[in-house]
Amino acid sequence: MEAFVFWVFAILAVIGAGLLIFHKNPVNSALSLIMTLFCTASLFVLLHAGFVAVLQVLVYAGAIMVLFIFVIMMLNLQRESLGLRRNAFKKALAAIIALALGVKMALIMGAQTLPRPELNAWFGSVERVGALLFTEYLLPFEALSVLLLAAIVGAVMVAKTRV
Amino acid sequence: MNWLTTITFNHYLILAMLLFSLGIVGVMLRKNGLIVFMSIELMLNAVNLVFITFAAMHGNETGHVMVFFIMTVAAAEAAVGLAIFVALFRNKETVYVDEAADLKR
Repeated sequence: MEAFVFWVFAILAVIGAGLLIFHKNPVNSALSLIMTLFCTASLFVLLHAGFVAVLQVLVYAGAIMVLFIFVIMMLNLQRESLGLRRNAFKKALAAIIALALGVKMALIMGAQTLPRPELNAWFGSVERVGALLFTEYLLPFEALSVLLLAAIVGAVMVAKTRV
Repeated sequence: MNWLTTITFNHYLILAMLLFSLGIVGVMLRKNGLIVFMSIELMLNAVNLVFITFAAMHGNETGHVMVFFIMTVAAAEAAVGLAIFVALFRNKETVYVDEAADLKR
């Protein structure tokens, strides 16, 4: 059962990522990225990370991608010819990186994997992650709120003024 | 065909690596700045998947906290980056990254 769910969502996630890169229309690219994010959220559930999966759907696929789609529609980008860069150096670099990652993939496939540990039913729940967040990682958590405030102010300033 | 029916942690790592390399290809090849930006989000998402996989592998929830932090930073980055693209479009009527290479002499 786990294998079936994994393969369905993994294949859908890769299809969504491919459509994101090679689709002409930016709105369709954004929608396929939402599909990929939703599929990874489902895989998070398979890995006993329920809280993070819910956050992924609400914050990532919900809020951030809505922001992207707002901006794409506000700029009213027309359907374009597929805008690939005509630069041989870039393509060669992309090929080299893909090759290196392929070698890495072969290494991972050959590697021993750890057996699945017995996780108790509360692993990854809101209580457990929240407790960790508000005790051990309290300082980074508060620093993040300052970062978000700076981002809000910065975004308003950059988008408002005519340079 | 054991690898088809038994899902190990390696499957999740290989999937994350595929998504990450697709994101790299998107950043390298596309001209549209918004799609480059979405490819970066895809790469961040692949890294999140790796964090969650290792959290389950070791039975340790610190990886979940890290994913929470990465999501927040991604949200801040998206807000500022999209504001930059709006300003760029307002000034130059384009979101293509190669038409905005003004700092290059």
